[in-house]
Amino acid sequence: MNQIKLFIGEMVKKWEFYLFLFFCLIVIFFSTVSPYFLDYFNLMNALFSFMERGIVALPVILVILSGEIDVSLASIIALSSMSMGLGAEAGAPVFVIILLGLITGIAAGFINGIIITRLDIPAIAVTIGTMSLFRGISNAVLGAEAITSYPAEFKWIGNATVGNTLIPLPFVVFVILASFVGVLLHKTKFGRSIFVIGNNRDVATFSGIRTRNIKLLVFMMTGLFCGIAAVFLTSRIASTRPNIAIGWELEIITSVVLGGIAITGGKGHIGGVLIAIFLLGYLKFGLGLLNVQGKIVIIFVGFLLILAIWLPERLRTYQESRKYRKVTTT
Amino acid sequence: MNNVMKKKRLGGFIRSREITLVFLIIFLVLVVSTRYGKFLSPDNIGDIVMDSSILIIMTIAQMGVILIGGIDLSIASNMALTSYLVAQLHVINPGLPASVLILSALFLGMIFGLFNGILVALGNIPPVIATLGTISIYRGLTYFISQGEWISAHQMTSEFKYITKTHFLGLPALIWYMTAVSLVFYIFYSHIRTGREFYSVGGNADAAGYVGVSLKKIQILAFSISGALAGLGGLFYISKYAIAQTDTALGYEFKTISACVIGGVSLSGGVGTIPGVILGALFIGIVNNALPVINLSPFYQMALLGAIILVAVIYNKLADDRNQKFISRKREF
Repeated sequence: MNQIKLFIGEMVKKWEFYLFLFFCLIVIFFSTVSPYFLDYFNLMNALFSFMERGIVALPVILVILSGEIDVSLASIIALSSMSMGLGAEAGAPVFVIILLGLITGIAAGFINGIIITRLDIPAIAVTIGTMSLFRGISNAVLGAEAITSYPAEFKWIGNATVGNTLIPLPFVVFVILASFVGVLLHKTKFGRSIFVIGNNRDVATFSGIRTRNIKLLVFMMTGLFCGIAAVFLTSRIASTRPNIAIGWELEIITSVVLGGIAITGGKGHIGGVLIAIFLLGYLKFGLGLLNVQGKIVIIFVGFLLILAIWLPERLRTYQESRKYRKVTTT
Repeated sequence: MNNVMKKKRLGGFIRSREITLVFLIIFLVLVVSTRYGKFLSPDNIGDIVMDSSILIIMTIAQMGVILIGGIDLSIASNMALTSYLVAQLHVINPGLPASVLILSALFLGMIFGLFNGILVALGNIPPVIATLGTISIYRGLTYFISQGEWISAHQMTSEFKYITKTHFLGLPALIWYMTAVSLVFYIFYSHIRTGREFYSVGGNADAAGYVGVSLKKIQILAFSISGALAGLGGLFYISKYAIAQTDTALGYEFKTISACVIGGVSLSGGVGTIPGVILGALFIGIVNNALPVINLSPFYQMALLGAIILVAVIYNKLADDRNQKFISRKREF
């Protein structure tokens, strides 16, 4: 009995617990107001639209944990998609098109990382610049046109399901990548050093952690994952448009901080982010079922982002004040 | 001795960001006018200044927030929301004089800026994240209120459109407004105690706290100023282009941030001057104006802006490092 009490006591202290509660509330709410929400086909189909964002959110966990930020995410996706479009127009085979997307992503992440780490410039300054630069390059190449000349095999990737089931291929890739990032973050030396860097960069440097190299790797990984997301997105909508993935950085960063990753760095667990990705995805899907327009849905996302930072801090200060009260009474 | 002092002061003056920028702008104008003779005509220069005026006002708005070590990404969304509300006020009540419209734009903009400030100061949310959230909240609200519809030129009285265009002493009103805003904030940031406190908060918030500067008060003030000026800029924007809609001033946050970094404002806070940011905004105005002249399509504008931000940020960092080295070398002696 005592153990159960202890377990519950531990649970209510966890941010993930509240997040999961919130997720359940959303599911209950939408399934009562709309008969189409709890439908196996619909639930699976909705995955297609937010798994790409989920994939990008994974490395952003590492970026924010190490005390940095990247607002150029959506622009990297646009740049990747553009280079794939150029490859497709030149008649390249499918795997070359994919490779082009991934390499462009890594290169873009490398540019971010090298400027941030070697010149020691705040990530926000650099990525605001590259946010404009990367999308600008893509706009300059595309003009007002869209590239749609993708081969049929390429268009298959983003709309594929696994075997005879309705499970989307992007979802399977997301699960694999999430397990990879989870192990990397919580079970390896590399992951631990990211936490150290986020908590105190000087301590990290003095304890022999190659701070700059690790950060560079994290930014390159972000680029690579943006490239993967760009492959799925470009394939799913079968085109490269100038406004591709516009505004995604908001949702991606929201799902990471909503997942309990401290924006100041050094605190958090991947589990919360996984819940947050599905929470945000199905919240948007549900609002869509209720005919709420996309431009109005972003109001909710904006508020969620602000709440996601404000609430955990209140929770923390409340718990700390209780701790002090306990100490003084005993 | 006197001579040495003079020499030193002259050296500092020449090395200052403002003078470098003036030379850069003159160089840019000369290069462009070799390609297009009329670039230096009074008409074209008037156009450039007129086009840059709103950007100058918005850059001054952005500068205050960056000075205290923050950033305001929601500036363009605030322009759109406030200007749409003011335009609606004008459509419902066409008789309202310009002064009332300007005051209501300042007030509404300030409210939205204040909201940012409260999030940052009282909610302890980093400025980047708070304003990233309000970007979409304000833009979404604009869409919600307008339902995607435009308020176009025929719904505006000519008096409304002439808020920016009436001539006074031979110059359009917009240029006078811009000059007034610049002067007020030049005095505020260089001669008023509260304005100087912006620099101290940005330079070292802890130290500023110990000498009695209230961080929260300055944060709320900076975001309110930024918001009020964004409202004003938004009103001028719709009056100048005679249309109010959801996409008003899209991308202005980048323009203001790049104008700031070109003008020598440090994104880590505590460094920057009004003359610097005015020149920075003017530089961007000239580049935009010159693009068609040198046969670059407007689609290149965004990439160019990004490249300019990066170059300016890196240049600022290198210059800063050099200064630091200079100071520490002096100390050793």
